[in-house]
Amino acid sequence: MSTVGKQGTPSRRARTHRISEWLDRQSSTLFITPAVVLILVFSLFPLVASLIIAFSRFRLRAGSYQVRWVGFKNFEKQFFGSEQFHFLGTFKGMSVLGWVVATVAGVLILYWLYRYCRQKFWWLGFIGRIISALMAFGLVLLFSATLLSGHQFGTLGVTLFYVFVGCSLQFAIGLGLALLCAQPIRGRTFFRVVFFLPLMITPIGIGYAFRMLADTTKGPFSPAWQWVGLGDFAWSTDPWAARLFIVIGDSWQWIPFVFIILLAALENIPKDHREAAEVDGASGWQIFREITWPQLLPVAATVMLIRLIEAFKLVDLPNIMTAGGPGIATESMSLHSYFAWRSLDLGQSAAIAYLLLITTVVICVSFFNYVVLGRLRQGNA
Amino acid sequence: MTAVRKKISRRRTPLQWLFEAPSIGKMAPGTAVFVYGLLLFWTLVVLFPLYWVLITSFKTALDVNNGPVFLPWVDFTPSLHAWRELLVIDYEDTLRSYINSIVIATLSTALCVAVGSMAAYALARITYKPKFGNILLFVLAMLGGCYVVWKAGVDWKIAMTAAFAIWFFLLKSVGRFFKKSVGNGDILFWMISQRILPPIVTVVPIYMMFQNLKMLDTHLALILTYTVVNLPIVVWLLYDFISGIPIELEESAQLDGASRFRTFWEIVLPLAKPGLAATTLLVLILAWNEYILAVFLSTSNAQTIPILVAAMNAGERGILWWSMCVVIIIMIIPVVFMAILLQRFISKGVLLGAVKG
Repeated sequence: MSTVGKQGTPSRRARTHRISEWLDRQSSTLFITPAVVLILVFSLFPLVASLIIAFSRFRLRAGSYQVRWVGFKNFEKQFFGSEQFHFLGTFKGMSVLGWVVATVAGVLILYWLYRYCRQKFWWLGFIGRIISALMAFGLVLLFSATLLSGHQFGTLGVTLFYVFVGCSLQFAIGLGLALLCAQPIRGRTFFRVVFFLPLMITPIGIGYAFRMLADTTKGPFSPAWQWVGLGDFAWSTDPWAARLFIVIGDSWQWIPFVFIILLAALENIPKDHREAAEVDGASGWQIFREITWPQLLPVAATVMLIRLIEAFKLVDLPNIMTAGGPGIATESMSLHSYFAWRSLDLGQSAAIAYLLLITTVVICVSFFNYVVLGRLRQGNA
Repeated sequence: MTAVRKKISRRRTPLQWLFEAPSIGKMAPGTAVFVYGLLLFWTLVVLFPLYWVLITSFKTALDVNNGPVFLPWVDFTPSLHAWRELLVIDYEDTLRSYINSIVIATLSTALCVAVGSMAAYALARITYKPKFGNILLFVLAMLGGCYVVWKAGVDWKIAMTAAFAIWFFLLKSVGRFFKKSVGNGDILFWMISQRILPPIVTVVPIYMMFQNLKMLDTHLALILTYTVVNLPIVVWLLYDFISGIPIELEESAQLDGASRFRTFWEIVLPLAKPGLAATTLLVLILAWNEYILAVFLSTSNAQTIPILVAAMNAGERGILWWSMCVVIIIMIIPVVFMAILLQRFISKGVLLGAVKG
């Protein structure tokens, strides 16, 4: 009774009371419903709709659109048809090196599966591992047939290049900076704020800023380029230089994220362990390997998972810095899908987006299961 | 112990003096040079692009095109022409985009944090046991609705209401016979995993949905989309934060007869303030900088600032570097203030808790 106010006629008071009581009884539903509804409408419905579009040919007409079911045609076109060079790359026979790498990878993956079967067999775990193994083998095969055989690879390869090279670079530099900042230095707050800055800047701005910096004739480093003798070199016409520049731009933005979280983790490690080891005469490397690294690992694995997830979405930097060029050399899958949408080929666009989703999910879930959870399991054991 | 160490330290070779720490919590001179050198180098790496953007905004077309000039007043005379063009002569377009960005970013953040904190609280404190069968029925009902809309051309509002009604009826009648249920952890995982979705996968249907509702190029469309895109982050960070709050306070409040809403509003939210602040600022920055969704969902009326930046490339005169740099700078300024605010919370390790998993 205490929750009811003193104003109002008895009937009105009773009514407010009834409403508030009903609200309280329904509170468990009311708390979570908005989030669930929002996700259902804006994530799940589009996901299903996108799948339908991926299986159809979609034409925008004046004021309306026309849908025709075409089955797997859109996907077929990406894998085997006229878009194969764009999505997977050009295949013209495999080099010896390609065969060797593919064989070695295949044997390793089979051994990994065999080892799992020997340990403890759980059919769901086995299916998951089969999927991961197939994906891994497919990607190795793709790289050995394109990159290692001297042919161009398509947007799938470019996306993976961004993800793996970018994430490794960001992790290495982010960890290095965090370790430096964890030293007993003055002005840690200053460094922290400054190092944090790039994360706040819009990717569009970063794209254009790096385009200016990279200009070998008008950019700030052009005297240096001229001095080296590369004054005429245009990085945007060389596939590898262009890809590398996009990775550098992306890393410039995301290193702060890795840095800030790893630094917080480092500061959270109790000091006495390290000091005890120092007193016992352990070297810096030993302290890092035996004390810091094991305690850092769970956080590091999760940070890398977040970075992996975000890296697959990379679209604005290549769009701004090179518009996917030269040719298709810097086109990520998101950008590929965006270009397809812009040319009003919605079916292709959705099909590419779905392929991206499948790749992302398989790789991220594999990473989560074998690295993040694997570490936790080891830690608990 | 310390006496022994001191004795040893007095008899050190120059190399040891350079690289071995004299005592715990101090650095040897050689190490210090190395550490500060690298830190300053990285400071330069971070600040130089920003500096370049800043001085380019004061350059004329001639300064930019005739090769690099580095120092204002030394190499070139700074000119305010780009600033004047964007902020005085052509201020309407800039101001509109700026206000659009502010409105969209703040409202979507507010909505996102409100919805997300409620969900996070609910998942941390209330036990949910939705039956697996009911979820399956729901998905089937919705798919059926979609199928009817698609094949028979029924109006989507009618079809969806009917599908929902059928599901509700089944829930109340058949629902109680299902046994298997999912737990809070599964719901949490489902919500967080939404972040894996690349925006490109969902944006085309969202575009068509808003087109159908005649809501393309409106603020509301962008606000709702940003809210959903950032919701997983809020739920994830706040779930961890709220789980860390001692439950006894809430229990005693509930014993005193406070409703769940009051407990949430008057006890949980004030205690979760640091987490809320960090999450809010993070989501605000993400919404402020978002580009690809804005490209799809806005054309002129709801144009945000990142689109304005990209628009400096669309003219016939090539890229207007100086104007673009002005826009980038006015875009960065509020965010830098946030960075300084945010660093206080981040140094407390608010984000760390969630990452530890």
